[in-house]
Amino acid sequence: MAIHQISVFVQNKPGKLVGIIEELANKGINIRASSIADTAEFGIFRLITNDFDKTREILSENNVTNVTKVIAAKMEDKPGALYRVVDILSEAGINIEYMYAFTASETFGAYVVFRVDDVDAAQKLLDEKGISTLNDEDILDM
Amino acid sequence: MGNYFQPEIETASREEILSIQNEKIVKQVKHAYENVKYYRDLMDEKGVKPEDIKGVDDIKKLPFLSKADLREAYPYGLLGTDLKNCVRIQSTSGTTGKRVVAFYTQHDIDLWEECCARAIVAVGGSNEDVVQVCYGYGLFTGGAGIHGGSHKVGSLTLPMSSGNTERQIQFMMDLGSTILCCTPSYAAYIGETLAERGYKPEDNKLKAGIFGAEPWTEEMRRSIEQSLGIKAYDIYGLTEISGPGVAFECEAQNGMHINEDHFYVEVIDPETGEVLPEGSKGELVFTSLDKEAFPLIRYRTRDICVLSREKCSCGRTHVKMTKPMGRSDDMMIIRGVNVFPSQIETVLLNEGYTPNYQIVVDRVNNSDTLDIYVELAPDQFSDIVSVTQKREKKLESAMRTMLGIGPRIHLVPPKTITRSEGKAVRVIDNRKLHD
Ligand SMILES: [Zn+2]
Repeated sequence: MAIHQISVFVQNKPGKLVGIIEELANKGINIRASSIADTAEFGIFRLITNDFDKTREILSENNVTNVTKVIAAKMEDKPGALYRVVDILSEAGINIEYMYAFTASETFGAYVVFRVDDVDAAQKLLDEKGISTLNDEDILDM
Repeated sequence: MGNYFQPEIETASREEILSIQNEKIVKQVKHAYENVKYYRDLMDEKGVKPEDIKGVDDIKKLPFLSKADLREAYPYGLLGTDLKNCVRIQSTSGTTGKRVVAFYTQHDIDLWEECCARAIVAVGGSNEDVVQVCYGYGLFTGGAGIHGGSHKVGSLTLPMSSGNTERQIQFMMDLGSTILCCTPSYAAYIGETLAERGYKPEDNKLKAGIFGAEPWTEEMRRSIEQSLGIKAYDIYGLTEISGPGVAFECEAQNGMHINEDHFYVEVIDPETGEVLPEGSKGELVFTSLDKEAFPLIRYRTRDICVLSREKCSCGRTHVKMTKPMGRSDDMMIIRGVNVFPSQIETVLLNEGYTPNYQIVVDRVNNSDTLDIYVELAPDQFSDIVSVTQKREKKLESAMRTMLGIGPRIHLVPPKTITRSEGKAVRVIDNRKLHD
């Protein structure tokens, strides 16, 4: 379970990020979710796409990339939904490195991507608590 | 014991070598005095006559020549024979100021190529080898010297010149090159490209490489040896004295034997010009012993190194020089501290980075800045910002320890630092723009 996320090292220079997004667009990749973390020197562009293998192939040609497994947990549409998930993880001593939210469509609902230090433990825990999460096939069919 | 191209001279006793040198120096100084007005004037100014030179012990009486003299005498001022006796010129890359043009008679070419042949045989070369020469051909001595040496050995010579890496790899694979000759940075690049194409080090037939014309480190040697599956050897030379092959490394891989039957070597204090005892660190000074067209006497190389007469396991008796620890031209003075690019390279390789880097020195508000751009390898990249930043900090602190001053490290994606196929442009000093 869990889903594959691809991260790309991006130089903080005009046009670098646009170039990457443009290339993916030209090659028919659908970006499902993304986030950018940046420092004064560089940025890290993280993305989840409809075709993880092809995305990695395209990006690795000219960039430094990194693949990690992340958890995409469904958020119920009510107050405290995010807190519930975060609380489950932190109670179990799982460290959240970062997270970001995305919505695919109105019917599909809202998700939060968690990058944690122990993805297998986190997945198991959320399964046990009945929190719905995505896997790579779900992303394909969105 | 290894193989020699000219065993009788390469393993001659110290006495034999000295006697050859004593005989040759008398003739060489006389030749320079009689035919090179520029040097005759220098000798007259110092009050030294050719008769005062009876052997190599008298060399210290003679005036030095420097790169400045070569520029001043450009193009014919140091020519020692009629142009009709010359068959070739070679020239330095001329990155600073006027080019240096060196002239050769056929005799001069032969002795130079013989030195290169010794270097090729020393790394195991013979007429059964395929020598791929990807030093630049043309005015640069790298291509021509090794090419000629390879002919003298009788190896199958691939005159590739530099560049066109795809073609280099195709010939290397299809013709089974066994000895690769190029700059160390290009060898590293070829190794990297081979790996990218999915080749393993054992897929090529290479056994040795002769790499020179730019400074490189032991760490870089190990990384090239691994990536190509070879033994990597150093070679030293300079256009002014002939070209590559003035000194070359043997199987012992711990210093380069200077061809003392053709070149007399001294180490001097670069400040005072005083000759230092053997084993001291100082500036290398060469005197050609039997050159016709371009006899240079006491030529100051600006290369800092140490000589050693310790007995070598290869059986050669000629003195060994260490890899130059830095060319005074390469040395940067940043915030009052001497910094050599080779130190920066050492840290990068120790910390697991590729030797692709660029140093930018500038002056902001009267204070020097040092920025080092380093290519990030895929296995060094993390999607977590703090992890990547920690890498930067770790490298910065390793640099600070080595250099004594703190640089700013910039991690950049692979292939963003312009790759040259000949000499790598490692240093950009913008301070000169403000002076
Ligand atoms: Zn030796």
